[in-house]
Amino acid sequence: MSSTTDTLFQAVEPRLDPYRLGRRVRTDHGGDGHFEPTGHGEGGPASKRVVVAYGFWIFILSDFVMFSAFFAAHAVLQSATAGGPSGPELFSPTSIAIETGCLLLSSFTCGLSAVATRARSLLWTEAALLVTGLLGAVFLVLEAHDFAAMVAAGAGPQRSAFLSSFFSVVGLHGLHVTAGLLWLGTMMAQVFAKGFRPNILRRLLCFNLFWHALDIIWVALFTIVYLIGLG
Amino acid sequence: MLGKLTWSAIPLDQPIPLFAGGGAFMIVLAVIAWAILSGRMGYLWREWITSVDHKRIGVMYVLLGLVMLLRGFVDAIMMRGQQAFAYHNNGFLPPEHYDQIFSAHGTIMIFFAAMPIMIGLMNFVVPLQLGIRDVAFPTLNSTSLWLTATGALLVNLSLIVGEFARTGWLPYPPLSELPYSPTVGVDYYDWSLLISGVGTLMTGINFVTTILKMRAPGMSYLRMPMFCWTALCSNLLIVAAFPILTATLAMLTLDRYLGFHFFTNTDGGNMMMFINLIWAWGHPEVYILVLPAFGIFSEVISTFSGKPLFGYRSMVLATLGICIVSFVVWLHHFFTMGAGGDVNAVFGIASSIIAVMTGVKIYNWLFTMYGGIIRFTTPMLYSIGFIVTFALGGMTGVLLAVVPADFLLHNSLFLVAHFHNVIIGGVLFAGLAGITYWFPKAFGFRLDERWGQAAFWCQLVGFYMVFVPLYVAGLLGMTRRLQHYDVAAWHPYVIAAGFGIFVLIGAAICQVIQIVVSIRDREKLRDELGDPWDGRSLEWSTTSPPPVFNFAVLPNVSGEEPYWEIKRRAILSQQLAAEPDYEAIELPRNSPTGFITAFFSTITGFALIWHIWWLVLLGIVGAYAVFVWFAWRDVEEYVIPAEEVARLERERRVIRQRWLDEHKQLARVAA
Repeated sequence: MSSTTDTLFQAVEPRLDPYRLGRRVRTDHGGDGHFEPTGHGEGGPASKRVVVAYGFWIFILSDFVMFSAFFAAHAVLQSATAGGPSGPELFSPTSIAIETGCLLLSSFTCGLSAVATRARSLLWTEAALLVTGLLGAVFLVLEAHDFAAMVAAGAGPQRSAFLSSFFSVVGLHGLHVTAGLLWLGTMMAQVFAKGFRPNILRRLLCFNLFWHALDIIWVALFTIVYLIGLG
Repeated sequence: MLGKLTWSAIPLDQPIPLFAGGGAFMIVLAVIAWAILSGRMGYLWREWITSVDHKRIGVMYVLLGLVMLLRGFVDAIMMRGQQAFAYHNNGFLPPEHYDQIFSAHGTIMIFFAAMPIMIGLMNFVVPLQLGIRDVAFPTLNSTSLWLTATGALLVNLSLIVGEFARTGWLPYPPLSELPYSPTVGVDYYDWSLLISGVGTLMTGINFVTTILKMRAPGMSYLRMPMFCWTALCSNLLIVAAFPILTATLAMLTLDRYLGFHFFTNTDGGNMMMFINLIWAWGHPEVYILVLPAFGIFSEVISTFSGKPLFGYRSMVLATLGICIVSFVVWLHHFFTMGAGGDVNAVFGIASSIIAVMTGVKIYNWLFTMYGGIIRFTTPMLYSIGFIVTFALGGMTGVLLAVVPADFLLHNSLFLVAHFHNVIIGGVLFAGLAGITYWFPKAFGFRLDERWGQAAFWCQLVGFYMVFVPLYVAGLLGMTRRLQHYDVAAWHPYVIAAGFGIFVLIGAAICQVIQIVVSIRDREKLRDELGDPWDGRSLEWSTTSPPPVFNFAVLPNVSGEEPYWEIKRRAILSQQLAAEPDYEAIELPRNSPTGFITAFFSTITGFALIWHIWWLVLLGIVGAYAVFVWFAWRDVEEYVIPAEEVARLERERRVIRQRWLDEHKQLARVAA
């Protein structure tokens, strides 16, 4: 875990996490504060916050592997236009720029929600998450609009292998954003209904990781699909 | 309304799949009816189906694997039978049916027999060996199990509703594309593997996190038992490789459902890309299966030789080395498909390097046995049988890694014999050894030795009787997957292999009898102490079966063989360690989330296969609703009070103390 997210979420959870799996229930929450298991064999199993975030990192890595298979496919099929339109004829730099702006900005507001969570501000957490979701939705609408325009122009995924892989890799990212929005809506409802309980905090941490990971994917996608494709 | 699904999907004109599928269906119905009528349904639901206990999930995984092993074995019997009869005639299986059988055999054996048995053993053993109470994500673990079961269910459903793929266990395009496979066969393959693949990936994430972040106090990396190391490497490979399988099958599905052109032979599609991608998953998959097998043999050989594992650190290094190199050898599955001499040479050499690391392991096992007091129990017999068989299989593998030789041997029965040699000799033997070895820990009584050994000898002899002739037939030029043939030189070897299968049937029968006899004689075979084999790692320090929390107090680890040290100390001092303070333990509550998710996944998968779009939507909405409902619950855990922990632990201590008293002479031997 990066040191930034680590310190951000460190403060909001007690060092002795009573929700930890299968751990002895401590009645004395103040006692033996030196006991902080790392999971590296010193003090036993790591705290649930570490375990959950770590597991989620591994999931994100596996997701990156899946994307890399699609990126590899796109690299192979990029010139397989089968007589159909190629990248430079189809991509609209303005639209891509606005989409990129929305997504990067949404990552920023997502970060703000983490700051608000740390300050235990329900209002600002919800507000920042809402803005994040709206920016994500704008991104999706723009992307869907681009897709529809391409299909209408006879450049749908059935036209050529190049367009198949283009629609798949960009669409897969879009699908992730859609899933992220569903999750975000659910999280907003949960934060509202249940407040900052330790398990809700862990989920917010995972959501943050997920949303930033989508940004990383977009940067790779922007480079491999659009920059190289336009060049 | 029902998409492509009509009455003609039921193969009323083909008696074999109809009776086989119908029979299996009736057995499942009968089991459910029996459970309901005898009032056990509630128990099954509460204690097993919704269980998030890693031990029970492990047992269910192994059970699923064993049932599917029998299912895949029936396919094997039919194939051997067909080839034995189909010399100069058509045999009893028409080509379109024979093709489905060899496809289903491979798919079922790898994904739904070998994988569940290995994952099941990891589930049961790893947390116990690490000295902890459960895996990192128990509910996710249950979901993994049931998604795997969904995949198995869909594959078997293809027996009676529709048909299975005719493409082989890896659906190479363009054969698997819509124009050449227009029926639902490939769709059954795609969706069952996409769904069960998600389950496997979640298992991988779960176990990597568990092993890296949740170990008993003091258990540093180089104190982990060998099985945990191999489980770690295997799950790292799952995390790195299974997403590639998902991506590849998703591409094939897009081609088939939405007219994309990833792998078509028109409009720019690239078939070689499928073959590269599928083997970039497929080769690591081989090691996902065989690394835990190496771990099992390490545990078994060390225990039954009465010695610590020889060269533990070199074993760890060899395992990690195989884990990494397994990712750069995938091209040896298609040397003949035009990569060129230079590329082939690189991959041929990389493939041979794996043999070096496997050789390190073989020598370590041999040196572990050297000078030990060896007990020839069933698991030990499997281990010794494995060393010999696997060394042979490895040598034919090195032969196939020599590119010019591969040009002659590829696609022949020599290749088929080679990979059965390593998978049966490696993975199946390990599965059976592991099941026999840890069975008493799971159920509290040992398996019958005589029937176990009979099964082993049938297994070993049967394996050689089937596959040595197939090696020879392959050298004589017989290609794989032949529905009939008319070369006289091959005929005697095919007949010989056909006789061998009877010995393997004998092995399966012995195996079933072994379980029945053991259940009948369970009082005689009872493992009171919890340490039936004089074991060395932590799983043997708790009772058989272990309490739901595994350990009353997390053990403190100070060496490579923590339980052996505890035991030695107790024997020398003639008393157990001082009683610790017992505290209440929190454990995750059971949850039907996994089962319900799998239920909706089954519906979604079935609907996608048959193009019933409204049902697809229903399934997805249902799965999402379950997810939110699960996320909404307030109480995630329950508490076992300290008194209850103390009561159970004291019972265990009484038995251990009695054992010490009865074995006073051991103290003198140990001293």
